[in-house]
Amino acid sequence: MDNLLTSYRTMVTIRLFEEAVERLFLEGRVMGTAHTCIGQEAIAAGIAAAMEPFDAMTSTHRGHGHFIARGGEPKRVMAELFGRDTGYSHGRGGSQMMMDTSIGFYGANGITAGSTAFAAGLALDAKLSHSPRAVISILGDGASNQGIFYESLNLAALWKLPVIYTIENNGYAMSTATARGLADTCTADRGKAFNIPGVSADGNDFFAVRDTVRGLLADARSGKGPFVLELRTYRLSGHSRGDPRVYRTREEEQEAWRHDPILRMADALRERGATGAQLETCRQEAAATIQDAIAFAESSPAPDAIGFASSLFA
Amino acid sequence: MRNITLTQALRETLDAILERDPSTFVMGEDIGIYGGSFGVTRGLIEKYGSERIRDTPISEQALTGCAIGAAVAGRRPIIEFMFMDFITLGTDQLVNLAAKLKPIYGIPCPLVVRAPTGAGRGYGATHSQTLERFFFGVPGIKIVAPSNATDASALLQTAVADNNPVLFLEHKLLYPIRFPFPDELPPPMPFGQAEVVNEGDDVTIVSWGYMTALARQAAAKLASLGIGADIVDLRTLAPLDMETVITSVQTTGRVILLEEGPKTGGVSAEIESRILDEAFEYLEKPIRRLASPDFPVPAAKSLEAHCVPTVDEIVACAQEMIA
Ligand SMILES: Cc1ncc(C[n+]2csc(CCOP(=O)(O)OP(=O)(O)O)c2C)c(N)n1
Ligand SMILES: [Mg+2]
Repeated sequence: MDNLLTSYRTMVTIRLFEEAVERLFLEGRVMGTAHTCIGQEAIAAGIAAAMEPFDAMTSTHRGHGHFIARGGEPKRVMAELFGRDTGYSHGRGGSQMMMDTSIGFYGANGITAGSTAFAAGLALDAKLSHSPRAVISILGDGASNQGIFYESLNLAALWKLPVIYTIENNGYAMSTATARGLADTCTADRGKAFNIPGVSADGNDFFAVRDTVRGLLADARSGKGPFVLELRTYRLSGHSRGDPRVYRTREEEQEAWRHDPILRMADALRERGATGAQLETCRQEAAATIQDAIAFAESSPAPDAIGFASSLFA
Repeated sequence: MRNITLTQALRETLDAILERDPSTFVMGEDIGIYGGSFGVTRGLIEKYGSERIRDTPISEQALTGCAIGAAVAGRRPIIEFMFMDFITLGTDQLVNLAAKLKPIYGIPCPLVVRAPTGAGRGYGATHSQTLERFFFGVPGIKIVAPSNATDASALLQTAVADNNPVLFLEHKLLYPIRFPFPDELPPPMPFGQAEVVNEGDDVTIVSWGYMTALARQAAAKLASLGIGADIVDLRTLAPLDMETVITSVQTTGRVILLEEGPKTGGVSAEIESRILDEAFEYLEKPIRRLASPDFPVPAAKSLEAHCVPTVDEIVACAQEMIA
C-alpha cells in the first residue's frame, strides 16, 4: 500500500504541477512554451513504478510528468521553466530540454520522435554491456508517423534490442485527431511490419500500465524485445499554452474527464483499503511540494551570463 | 617514412583506435565484409567482429540517432555515411540532438561522423557534394577536413578522443593518392591549428581538404612564374584558425579563398568576412573567392570539370592580383 500511495502522490504532484504551469503562463510569470500532460498522469506514474533504477527512459515534448515520476525534482523542473540557474539545464533548455542521466532519465525532446533512435542506441549499449537495463522510449501518436521511428523499429528488431516503444495515444497531435493523422489508428500495430509484438493497455489505469510495463521490461531483459506498447489515454489539457481547443467539443472533454486517471486511482486505492485521510494527506503533500517548487524557482537566481564560447563544447 | 594512400592511412588509424579503446566501434552501411564504399574499413570486421564493425540497414536517421544514444551511454561510436550527400537524412539528429547535448542539456556526446565528400568521379549530383557549409553554422559540431594522410590520421585520433560531435570529411579524390606517412602512426594533433604548407610572400591561398592539393599544384606553377604563394591549409573548419590566416594576409596583402561547393553561402564567405573585419587595412587587392558555380554537380566528366576550381584558374587569379 505504501508504494501505491507513493504512486498516487506522484500522480497528484504531476497534476498540480501542470495546473500550476498553466496558471503561471496565464499570469505571465513563466514565458516561452510548455506542453502539459493533464489526464495522462497514470502513464508516467505506472511506467515509473515498473522501472528499475538502472533502466532508462526517453521522453517527449510533453515530458514534465515522465521526469517527475522517474524521480526528477519538481522544484528543479519548475526552475527550468522559470529560466533559472537551479533548473536542470540552468535555464538553457526550457520545458522540452531537460535530462538527468543519473536517474536514468535521458531527456525530454522537442523534436517529435526525436528520441526513438537515440533510445535504440541506449539499448544497444545495454546489450553490448550485458547489462540488465531496458529502455522505455515514449512517443506520441502523432510522433508515431515519423520516418525515424520506423527506421528505429527495424533496427531494434534486427538487433533484438531491449527497448519498449511506448506510444501515448491521447487522441490528438496538436489539432489533428488520430483518425485524421494515422492510416491505422491502432498504434500497438505500428511495429507489425517488423514482427514486433504490439500490446495495448488502458493508459488511464495505473495498474494496467504498471503491470503491462513490468511484464514487457522482464521480457526485454531476457532478450525478447523490442516491443511496441500503446497506452490509450486522452489529453485533458490543451496542446500547449493558449490552445483554444477549437478542434474538439467541450462535451467530448467532459466525457473524457469522467475517466480522469487520478479519480480512478483514488477509487482503486479505496477499494484496496486506503482511507480518505491517507489520500488527503497525499494531496496535501503534493500541494506543498508544488508550492515549494514555485517558491524555490521564483527565488532562484537567473543563470549567469554564460561565456557562450566556453560553454559550447565538453 | 613510407608512401601510402589516404584510404590505407585511415584504415590503419581506425585499426589502432579500435585496438586501444574498447569503447569505440564503427557503424555504417556496408562497412563490414564489403569494407565500405571506398574500402576504408576493409578487413576490420575480420579482426574486430560484427559487433564493433557494425553494418546497418539503409537508415541514416536511425544509425545517427543510435550512435548518439550509444555515445551518451559512454561509448565512442564512429559512424560512416556512405556519401556525404546522405548526411541530409541524418541532419536532424546531428543538429537537433547531438549539437544540443552539451550546450543545452549539459551531456557530452563523443561521436565521430565520417563522410566522403566531393566531386570528380562522375557520380552525379546526389553523390558528389561537399556539404560542410550546412554544419559550419551549427554551433556544437566540430568540422575536420584533412588534406593529406598524416593529418588525417592525427586528426582522426583527436576526433575519437574528443567528447563532442565531430564531422570528419574525407575527400574522394584524396583516397587513392599516395602520401608520405610515418612508419608508426603520427601522434594526435590538436584541432584549430592551420598549417602553412607552402611559403610565399605574394599571395595567400586559403584552402582545406582536396582544395589544398590543387593549391599546392598551383603554387608550383606560380613559383616558376616568380610568384610566391603562401598556402594556409585550414585542417579544421570548426574550430577555425583565423590567426594563421590573418598572419599570412598581413605579409601578402592578397588573398584567394578556395572552396569546392557553390559560391553562394560557402564557408569561404565567412572567412572572407572575418578577414575584412580583422585585416582590412593590410589588403592590397580585393579578396578573391574561387568556388563552384551555383549549380548541382553534373555527371558528365566534361561538365563536372567546371564544378570545381582548377589549377589554371588559381594561377590566372594570382597573376591578375599581382599584375
Ligand atoms: C519534428 C517536429 N515536427 C513538429 C513539431 C511540432 N509539434 C510539437 S508537439 C506536436 C504534436 C505531437 O503529437 P503527439 O506525438 O501525438 O504527442 P502529444 O502532443 O499528443 O503528446 C507537434 C506537431 C515538433 N515539435 N517536431
Ligand atoms: Mg498525441
